[in-house]
Amino acid sequence: MSAQGILASYEYLDSTVDAIENLKKAGFDDIKAYAPYPEHHIEHALGYGESPVRVWTLVGALTGTATAFAFTSWTSVEWPLVVGGKPIISIPAFIPIVFEMSVLFGALSTVIGLFVLSKLPNVKPAVVYDPEFTAGRYGVYVEADSKRLEEARKIMNAEEPIELREGAADE
Amino acid sequence: MAVGTTERGALTHPDVTRLDDVNRDVLKMLTVPGKGWWMLFGLCVAGVGMFLTAWFWQIYKGIGVSGLMSPVGWGVYITTFVFWVGIAHSGTLISAILFLFRAPWRQSIYRAAEAMTVFAVMTAGLFPLIHVGRVWHAYWLIPYPNSRFLWPNFKSPLVWDVFAVTTYFTVSAVFFYLGTIPDVAAARDRATGLRRKLYSVISLGWQGTDQQWHHFGKAYIFLAALATPLVLSVHSVVSWDFAMSIVPGWHATIFAPYFVAGAIFSGVAMVITLTVPLRKIFGLEAYLTVKHFDAMAKLCLFTSMIVFYAYLSEFFLAWYSGEDPERHAFWNRLFGTYWWATWTMLVCNGFVPVMLWFKRVRHSIPALFVISIFVNIGMWFERYVIVVTSLHNEYEPFAWGIYRPSVTEMAIMAGSFFWFGFWFLLFTRLLPPIAIQELKEVLPPPIRKKKSPEAQEAH
Repeated sequence: MSAQGILASYEYLDSTVDAIENLKKAGFDDIKAYAPYPEHHIEHALGYGESPVRVWTLVGALTGTATAFAFTSWTSVEWPLVVGGKPIISIPAFIPIVFEMSVLFGALSTVIGLFVLSKLPNVKPAVVYDPEFTAGRYGVYVEADSKRLEEARKIMNAEEPIELREGAADE
Repeated sequence: MAVGTTERGALTHPDVTRLDDVNRDVLKMLTVPGKGWWMLFGLCVAGVGMFLTAWFWQIYKGIGVSGLMSPVGWGVYITTFVFWVGIAHSGTLISAILFLFRAPWRQSIYRAAEAMTVFAVMTAGLFPLIHVGRVWHAYWLIPYPNSRFLWPNFKSPLVWDVFAVTTYFTVSAVFFYLGTIPDVAAARDRATGLRRKLYSVISLGWQGTDQQWHHFGKAYIFLAALATPLVLSVHSVVSWDFAMSIVPGWHATIFAPYFVAGAIFSGVAMVITLTVPLRKIFGLEAYLTVKHFDAMAKLCLFTSMIVFYAYLSEFFLAWYSGEDPERHAFWNRLFGTYWWATWTMLVCNGFVPVMLWFKRVRHSIPALFVISIFVNIGMWFERYVIVVTSLHNEYEPFAWGIYRPSVTEMAIMAGSFFWFGFWFLLFTRLLPPIAIQELKEVLPPPIRKKKSPEAQEAH
């Protein structure tokens, strides 16, 4: 295979961010960063926009609203029985159920959205990984053509990584 | 670049300097437990045994072994149900509402509080099943039509409650699980053997890549935004189980906010009750600082004032309404058969928390622990007062009666605390009880080029 990768672990946040920014400037696009906690500087350096998770939340919640309205109304019409002097379809009395179903569907669809978007569960975890990334180190992994690999190595080395590892992109 | 040397974390965790310190200090809790843990765990297992024995006894003999009898059809079981649902609430308050408000002190307590929520709802959920007696018909709670295609009455508050509590359990369990994924991944990377396998499965192959964090952060915010109105709705719906009826002492519009405030009050007290020993046993003084307890104490004080105000306005409105049954209900609370329950409630929830006005009390961990126990007791009695004293003297004097909880009921009520403790003890040893990644988020990030011109400029 022609694409190969380098993994650098950094101790400092600013080194990590600088490495990512310089790699981007040099035209490397296939960059993956690891961090022990959500770090918005890294996300910013990688140029992330708004996450589409929010669409999942909205669609899920609205589906819940519609489902609950339809369900409570349909079952009331299905066997019309006057209860407590209320109309057969009495919207105010259905609101608690409608609300709970909106939240339930919204929450579950948010989680499904998260799993789909961030490819969880990750059954076959990436080969290039260091357990230190969940402790205190940051990681930058770049994949490039073997011809350009030397250039990437130079950029990553400039920020003084703790460790620099070469890895094949796939097993 | 825009990485400044901010004072992140200096405020709440001055003694924690390095990111991997957090891993070391939190993950050391997930080792082989000591003697004290086993003793507590053994006690809880025995308590769960008592709980199950009493419940099986009731299933075998019938609901007659409880003290429930006309006119008091709701007793200790419903009291304890409302108590545990209430306990659950402050967990969501701390994990979701304070998250949205960016409160800087929630990080170290929220995992324990959220676990408390899940286990408390689990406990609460058992009580309607116990209360209905014939538990083998519990599936009737699921909304499906009967053999004549008649559906449940969706206009009934009791059906609302089924939706509210099941939704609450599902969403809080999902929220709790989601938050633990990155931390369990951290535990996985340190563990060996069986634990490593277990954590690998739970953490779903989490690696902390930029893509994972990006979507995770957003999903977490949206879940918090959904959980926030949810938590307010759940105890409102629980309060409507009472308020939608016409029983004097129940039929009040104040019930929803009054119940929500009471729930948060009792829940914060329970968080204090649980975190004080946790801090002591595991030596977490650097993470659970006096500042955290001070903040929780203030929250307790604030909600105590709301609750006490609600008590007073209930008494005032009973008098002001001029309705005889209503007036009698509240006079009966203070000076009737159950006066001791009412006064316990007033003293524990209204008077004891007054001490929290003093900084010295708020900064004394033992004092807070004792006060929190008083609040837990007081809030259980509040529900007892609402449920029992209202029912035992309704409108018609010939239908009045006295309710005495039976031994079976008390055993089940007491057993529920052991059941809760059983799960909480397992949690402290199996999952990181302090949120590792959220703590790291508020610590100062490691910076190499301190005070570089660009970093200064970015400020």
